[in-house]
Amino acid sequence: MWHDAALVAGKDIRIELRSRVLLWQVVPFGVLALILFALALGPSEVALRRGAPGLFWLALLLASVLASGRSASIEAAPGTRNTVRLLGLDPGGVFLGKACALALQLCVLGVVLEAGLLLFFHVDAARLATATPLALLAIAALAAVGTLYGALVAGTDVASTLLPLLVLPALAPVLIAGERGMAAVLAGGGPGRWAVVLVVMAVVYLAVGVLLYGPLEETS
Amino acid sequence: MAPAITLRSAVALLGRFPALAGVDLDVEEGSVLAALGSNGAGKTTLLHLLAGLLPMRSGTGTVLGCDLATDRAPLRRRVGLLGHHLSLYPDLSASENLIFALRAAGLDRALAAPSLERVGLTGRLATAPARELSAGQQRRMGLASLIARRPSLWLLDEPHAGLDGAGRDLCDELVDEAARGGATVVLTSHEKDRAASCADQMVTLTGGAVSASEAGARQLHVA
Repeated sequence: MWHDAALVAGKDIRIELRSRVLLWQVVPFGVLALILFALALGPSEVALRRGAPGLFWLALLLASVLASGRSASIEAAPGTRNTVRLLGLDPGGVFLGKACALALQLCVLGVVLEAGLLLFFHVDAARLATATPLALLAIAALAAVGTLYGALVAGTDVASTLLPLLVLPALAPVLIAGERGMAAVLAGGGPGRWAVVLVVMAVVYLAVGVLLYGPLEETS
Repeated sequence: MAPAITLRSAVALLGRFPALAGVDLDVEEGSVLAALGSNGAGKTTLLHLLAGLLPMRSGTGTVLGCDLATDRAPLRRRVGLLGHHLSLYPDLSASENLIFALRAAGLDRALAAPSLERVGLTGRLATAPARELSAGQQRRMGLASLIARRPSLWLLDEPHAGLDGAGRDLCDELVDEAARGGATVVLTSHEKDRAASCADQMVTLTGGAVSASEAGARQLHVA
């Protein structure tokens, strides 16, 4: 399983480096969303600082749906799906590999959005840096859910519209825990139980993905 | 020769539509079967059933000793399919695609270069993104994958489509080599004469069932 995961992750990263969909579409979308949120809140520094954690997670969540759709579309072509199924790859390994590649891309996106928080939302840089482990936990959960639901809708004619409908409700707990945890950290405290919530969600989503990816690929 | 494929009253659905409606088929190991028929006759569905990609709704079937009802996963690793579409990732080159397939199958990546060379994909054709290759060159890429992986069962969906004259001859040559090496080949075609020249046995599918069966020229030639 680990060999297959490394193989698939390397392949997805190579495809991203070649196609640059993250660079030219997903990251600009996330930054645009963050700027629009800042404009909606107005010039008040207090309001911007207070709204920063929630809007960061909202922007990351929305952009992660795009990234998940792109990740799923790599495998969605009929010829590709059939050929990959004949290669005998471990489905759990394929899931982990795709989730790892997606998580890496979301990390890049997260760094850019954090820079956006510093620029537009006037948050404290040192405190923002201490929220990074929290963001990594949430990104693991985002990547697991995105990969799982991406496999579910892959091959359907309505994948691009169905994916957000399925992913966003499933990620609502990540949004809440991420926002609360980051707000606590930016206020000078610790993430407390929200970090535990994110660990549990990341582990559960990853485990469910490893178990269900194969059956989903068979039926979708 | 042992039977490589045995189907009895095999039914397979595409959605709710019975694309295969009771197919009986026997194919010996190391032989070449050509499935003929008009569009929608069930040729591609037959290949997908034999590859273990499609479940059998009713009937019985064994392919390479694997029961199609229960052993589809182990069967797939022994099957190579050349379909209508580009077989792997358009953003990767032919060489990268082939190396990925070889590593996934646990094979040596060094097999990629000679296989690509055999089908004429060398130099820039091997290193450019696959999306930049013509349809015929993409088909050659699929053939290279079969040469490198050497599956026990070759399933070729209209393999001559999109190929130029030299490519068609190369395809026939590879089919013959594979069969002589012990692999079983099932190919579909609209061109009876072309298919007959490289097949031991031909069946015609009509409405998802075998309506006619006859010997191919390859068998006659050998005899």
